[in-house]
Amino acid sequence: MTDADSVVEVRHGAAGYDGREILRDISLSVTAGEVVAVLGANGSGKSTLIRTVLGLVPLRRGEIELFGTPQRRFRHWERIGYVPQRLGAGSGVPATVGEVVASGRLARRGIFRFPGAADKSAVRDALTDVGLLDRINDPVATLSGGQQQRTLIARALAGKPDLLVLDEPNAGVDAASQEAFAASLARFAAGGGTILLVLHELGPLRPLIGRSVVVHEGRIAYSGTPPEPAGHHAEPGHDHVHPHADEVKATICEWAPTEGTTTF
Amino acid sequence: MELLAYPFMLRALAGALIIGLAAPALGIYLVQRRLSLIGDGIGHVALTGVGLGLLTDNSPVVTAVLVATIGAVGVELIRERGRTSGDLALALLFYGGIAGGVVLVGLSDNSSNANLMQYLFGSLITTSAQDIVVIGVLGTAVLVAMLVFRPALFALCNDEEYAKVSGLPVRTLNILLAVTTAITVTIAMRTVGLLLVSALMVVPVAAAQQVTRGFKGTMALAMLVGVGSAGAGILVSAEADTAPGATTVLLALAAFLGAAITATVRGRLRRPARAAADTEPPDVVLQS
Repeated sequence: MTDADSVVEVRHGAAGYDGREILRDISLSVTAGEVVAVLGANGSGKSTLIRTVLGLVPLRRGEIELFGTPQRRFRHWERIGYVPQRLGAGSGVPATVGEVVASGRLARRGIFRFPGAADKSAVRDALTDVGLLDRINDPVATLSGGQQQRTLIARALAGKPDLLVLDEPNAGVDAASQEAFAASLARFAAGGGTILLVLHELGPLRPLIGRSVVVHEGRIAYSGTPPEPAGHHAEPGHDHVHPHADEVKATICEWAPTEGTTTF
Repeated sequence: MELLAYPFMLRALAGALIIGLAAPALGIYLVQRRLSLIGDGIGHVALTGVGLGLLTDNSPVVTAVLVATIGAVGVELIRERGRTSGDLALALLFYGGIAGGVVLVGLSDNSSNANLMQYLFGSLITTSAQDIVVIGVLGTAVLVAMLVFRPALFALCNDEEYAKVSGLPVRTLNILLAVTTAITVTIAMRTVGLLLVSALMVVPVAAAQQVTRGFKGTMALAMLVGVGSAGAGILVSAEADTAPGATTVLLALAAFLGAAITATVRGRLRRPARAAADTEPPDVVLQS
């Protein structure tokens, strides 16, 4: 790996909220074109990990580099598309799908320029990608949870980022929307994009994940091939398509963190 | 309408129209952020500024702008830091502001109940030409800032963390909102008074969002409701001999009521059509 390939680099990172340390000693590197899933139980620190990478939670110890630049000096935020778990708390005021997605252009455009033709077409392209172009003028509040999630993915895609960071994108989302954004992410990855995402369960995203990282008690407990479904996910009738299942099974079962993957 | 022949009426109307446009243009961001009552709190703080101005023989508008700005930036810093203690800190600041104001106004030489009432409930009729210049310049500045930075402020108020990750200058934008809130409150105290300031920021937005679908549309309609009720408020109050500020707020509330009824009726009329549409397969068809 050369420095030019490094997208996210965390070395001995520690972070937390209000005196409580959640990440103890995390080292993680993601290189260009990788699709990395961060797994772990509730409270393991998996969301804190990506929020720290994005600078939303201050780092206490260790260091973080984004695209080879120390996080504190990193300015090219347009290279990162962030997809939060759900639409922000804001908005007693209605906003259309198009308006929310247009926010994704700000990192690239800056706050002093008015949106131009390139911005408008990027918004339409992103909405086409997630299959919501027909809802562009609808208030986001009238969309289902899954459609709102796809709106947030479109917002991130509209900025044409190199790295997508997603926080549990399939939590509480209907199957149709899960498939739709799995397809969007697959297209993004196929175009050479890098993806770092926190997941509670792999679901329809399973074929996409190149590597998974398991966070346990603020440390990386495992890094490697995605684990196999366990518990009710392994039961008959729960049919996901899992290529290469057999050859990796042996390596997975040994470590498979029980609270990480079976307590869905 | 021969009242408009009087210069003081024209000044009153001009001031009201500027504030009627600027207050909802700012207020929409506060409502979006669920900080609808912040204007009210900053109004309390501004009263200390008024008292300070009267006591030191400076222009109360200028000192009120300064004190309100300090208060608003302080509130923003508390909001940024705290999660739990913020609410109580705001309460202390606000009541400290109004109590300090009442005491300071009382201590000043030209203290009188009428003087205090003028700031608490507005007194456009006594607005001087110089005041109108200040209101005009500051009001236009607020209006321009709110319109020019609409995409950035929308992103900030809609999802602050996302705005941060987009590399937006979140803190600067927050301070901008705090300062413009203070300015708007202070210039609006001449129209509707400090106790009703928040109404002009919030009620037009509440009215507009009953019938709109998007943020841009809500902003435009809220400004229309704001300028309409402020203008009408001045004229009606002059004819009917009522308090201009309170009349303006009642008119804005009437607009809200009208919009809410319109939205309800429209919803009723549409429902049968939607029920028919529900028998269609839901939108599981993917565009892949």
